[in-house]
Amino acid sequence: MTGEYTGLGGWAPDALGVPGEVRPVVAAPDPVLSRPGPEVDPTSAEVVQLAADLVATMRVSPGCVGLAAPQVGVGAQVFAVDVTGHPKAVTVHGTFVLCNARVVEASRWKAGREGCMSVPDLTGDVKRASRLVVEGALPGTGAPVRLVTDGFEARALQHEIDHCAGLLFLDRVAGAHAIYQRKVYL
Amino acid sequence: MNELAITVIGRDRPGIVADVAEVLARLGANLTDSTMTRLRGHFAMTLICVGPATAEVEAALAPLAADGQLLATVRAVTPDGATPLTGEPYVLAVHGADRMGIVAAMTRVLADAGGNVTDLSTRLTGSLYVVVAEVELPPGSSDEVAGRLTRTAAELGVGVSLRPADPDLL
Repeated sequence: MTGEYTGLGGWAPDALGVPGEVRPVVAAPDPVLSRPGPEVDPTSAEVVQLAADLVATMRVSPGCVGLAAPQVGVGAQVFAVDVTGHPKAVTVHGTFVLCNARVVEASRWKAGREGCMSVPDLTGDVKRASRLVVEGALPGTGAPVRLVTDGFEARALQHEIDHCAGLLFLDRVAGAHAIYQRKVYL
Repeated sequence: MNELAITVIGRDRPGIVADVAEVLARLGANLTDSTMTRLRGHFAMTLICVGPATAEVEAALAPLAADGQLLATVRAVTPDGATPLTGEPYVLAVHGADRMGIVAAMTRVLADAGGNVTDLSTRLTGSLYVVVAEVELPPGSSDEVAGRLTRTAAELGVGVSLRPADPDLL
């Protein structure tokens, strides 16, 4: 990756220039969810289309604040996040898609209850950093991005980066009694 | 002082805990460690209590089981069965398509390495089977155990992760 890392610079999904299509969401135990996805070329047409599709699929899914490529059956390091309007969110960067994202700083670890569209019947207590710095690239231009965030958006980013690495929240639950049958569906 | 191990299992309904606890309280049985949960609609409870004789508790619990919906067992155990912690605490998570023998194979790996399972729960939801266990491993053995778990998980076609349990001592 070349160039200086910057913020999103007002990036919006329109910048992808292609309409997104809603793709079916896969659920565990589909093995695609347990395989680490390879890094991608963020400027390739295929990745641009995938990014648009992730945004489109996220938008039609009630309560969905993030969606990673493995969740639509594609092993790849691409995910979409949008925590806008979520009551637990403090810092909010709007809708964005990151490729090849990695955590570069993580601190203030806090436990929280997580669910996942790909594990629809369970939730679990997972400890995540509530202060986070993530670096990645924007689909389309491939511009390098450095995001500083906190709270719920930080949690969402870690959850999606885990998906890209073939990990579910189930891999990070705190203990034998930290998994719960889901009682509320959005 | 008698130490008793009691199990109660049966079709769930409101009031089972109150009924059992009331019986024990009436007999002067002090309910110490206990765990209670609902598994696929069956209420399940395991507890240790200290106090009266086995036969006395059995007789007092018998009316609760009279309608055939509950099964209660009572047995005397050796007091102070607490085992000292000797290993390092880890959390094991396994998930994948349900099939026979996942728990057996994964816990055998732990046992062969001298690991002790201290808590375990499983969930089956749709075709997804999830196992989460808290285990103690002999000091310094975790890398080797993780490698064996990964190989066994691959044979079973499931995913596995082994992470240190962080107790957050304050």
